[in-house]
Amino acid sequence: MEVTDALQQFATRMGDNTLILGHRVSEWCGHAPVLEEDIALANTALDLIGQTQFWLGLAAEIQDEGKSADDIAFLRDVWDFRNLLLLELPNDDFGRTLMRQFLFDAWQSIHLPRLALSSDPRVAAIAEKASKEVAYHVERSADTVVGLGDGSAESHKRMQAALDYLWPYVGEIFDTDEVDDVLSEAGIVTHPSSLKGEYYALIERVLTKATLSIPEDPFAHKGGRSGFRHTEHLGHILVEMQWLQRAYPGSKW
Amino acid sequence: MYAQMVKSTGNLKTRDEMSPEEAHFQDRIDAGEKIEPKDWMPEGYRKTLIRQIGQHAHSEIVGQLPEGNWITRAPTLERKAILLAKVQDEAGHGLYLYCAAETLGVSRDELTEDLLSGRMKYSSIFNYPTLNWADIGAVGWLVDGAAIMNQVPLQRTSFGPYSRAMIRICKEESFHQRQGYDIMMKMAQGSEAQKRMAQDALNRVWYPALMMFGPSDKDSVHSGQSMAWKIKINTNDELRQKFVDQTVPQAEFLGLTVPDENLKWNEEKGGYDFSEPDWNEFFEVVRGNGPCNTDRINARIKAWEDGAWVRDGLMAHAQKKSSQVAAE
Amino acid sequence: MSKEWPLWEVFIRGQHGMSHRHVGSLHAADAEMALKNARDVYTRRNEGVSMWVVESSNITASAPSDKGPLYEPSNSKIYRHPTFFDIPDEVGAM
Repeated sequence: MEVTDALQQFATRMGDNTLILGHRVSEWCGHAPVLEEDIALANTALDLIGQTQFWLGLAAEIQDEGKSADDIAFLRDVWDFRNLLLLELPNDDFGRTLMRQFLFDAWQSIHLPRLALSSDPRVAAIAEKASKEVAYHVERSADTVVGLGDGSAESHKRMQAALDYLWPYVGEIFDTDEVDDVLSEAGIVTHPSSLKGEYYALIERVLTKATLSIPEDPFAHKGGRSGFRHTEHLGHILVEMQWLQRAYPGSKW
Repeated sequence: MYAQMVKSTGNLKTRDEMSPEEAHFQDRIDAGEKIEPKDWMPEGYRKTLIRQIGQHAHSEIVGQLPEGNWITRAPTLERKAILLAKVQDEAGHGLYLYCAAETLGVSRDELTEDLLSGRMKYSSIFNYPTLNWADIGAVGWLVDGAAIMNQVPLQRTSFGPYSRAMIRICKEESFHQRQGYDIMMKMAQGSEAQKRMAQDALNRVWYPALMMFGPSDKDSVHSGQSMAWKIKINTNDELRQKFVDQTVPQAEFLGLTVPDENLKWNEEKGGYDFSEPDWNEFFEVVRGNGPCNTDRINARIKAWEDGAWVRDGLMAHAQKKSSQVAAE
Repeated sequence: MSKEWPLWEVFIRGQHGMSHRHVGSLHAADAEMALKNARDVYTRRNEGVSMWVVESSNITASAPSDKGPLYEPSNSKIYRHPTFFDIPDEVGAM
């Protein structure tokens, strides 16, 4: 596999992650449990949309077919998406949304500062900017997970249920392939498997503080990162997200 | 307006009917002084302000819903970010206004309960649906445009916390109307389908936007006292006229037709003559019979009820932490 | 249990070298959350370099009726203001 092909795949994965999660988080706008949270969630979603513009912009640039980040976001079908399955799952309650946010923020907070040292200046620049945003996201989502996990009996129960539901989707972060091998050899990315210990240590620390039990079953669903098999939920996200672009092709908005 | 038909408590008194405190209070307002929360104030002033600021805050929060309806369907990443930022600002504005009301001795939770039970209202405009993407343009252009007409003078309102909230809100809102018009320009200059969306949106939003200013002055019995207290700065008809005069040329620039056959420039008065909105429809919407009243309030009730465990859980955690600190 | 989150006052230093200024209020369960909420609510447009939050119930305020006794005495101490002293122009800037 050529480095440029691998880099295009990588940028698509990064951008699809933030695009799909940004979509999910933005669904909360106007519906959060309290105004302060409504505003905070919108800030997170805005950061994620901003990161999407950079990553998918880079993917489009490498692809070199005259496409824009918007073309990539709005004109691909399910099988071309490369986001983690975790991020396309429905929001369900606020607890599951925040637990998912934490599990992803924790990964980003470890991954992005490494990418900021990338030998590819474009990757380094995007990661540098995004890692500052993510440092705040993880602080906020970790605090909320701790607050709700170690809160009332009901909030504890709900957070444990959220963790149990999401846990089988966490392992996919480390379902690496040739893309990761090629790029880490080229010094463009840090291989995810080398960050695994650090990631699990971080989430274990926070989840323990939240008085939650990490499920023991190591099983991990896969297929989002590779694009082989998404969940049924992604198609519905795309129906909504891409509708205007599909119904009125070629329009300027 | 965002605060329509706010009933003011107390009739307008003549100088002779005022107690010495009331006369002194009125003098301060007439001199342009700001009234602060701990200052003496007539009970009617306090109650009217709670109703008005509360209604204004509720309008911001319920107002998130019609535009929020399109966040996940915005046609580009940039439009999605702009719309989300704008709807988020509305949450922020609701928050500032609730805080201003809280200085008058009412809690945000009490105000929320009053909204959800229907005891307090929000602006009629948010009971209309957003049906195509141009509605997002039309809402920014016309609804925010109408709101600004009222909010800019309200920066000079007599109650300090309300005035300061309005100053912050006006500063932040300056981009809202422009982003709406920017969408309308793209649509009006776009494909045939986009032009149709733009005209369709204008046809549906025009009269509800005119209704935002409230009933005609001749039917609006409560404004005298509020104007004396500088809680209301302009009359409904003044603002409506100003809005029409400003908006019609903007519609012409877009090549769109304002849905009013009687619309005509009146040289003599230096403004447009225009048709009144259907006030029966307005009163039905206020009574709860607008196209979206039930959905809007149900969405707020759901957010409030589904969020109860989150608010309680985080509070329980904070209490645990502070009792741990106390024990150490 | 349905106790409302307490109210906090937010103060922001807009630029280096300036004082913190009161910008508004918000609700939060505790101080840390209040600080985070302040960041999300009141710095959406790059408004600050430093923030303080203080629970509103911890603020002791002067009563409006004390306005006379508290502030009027200083009105008569006009010698505290530089314009009280007449210095001839020839002396130059002072």
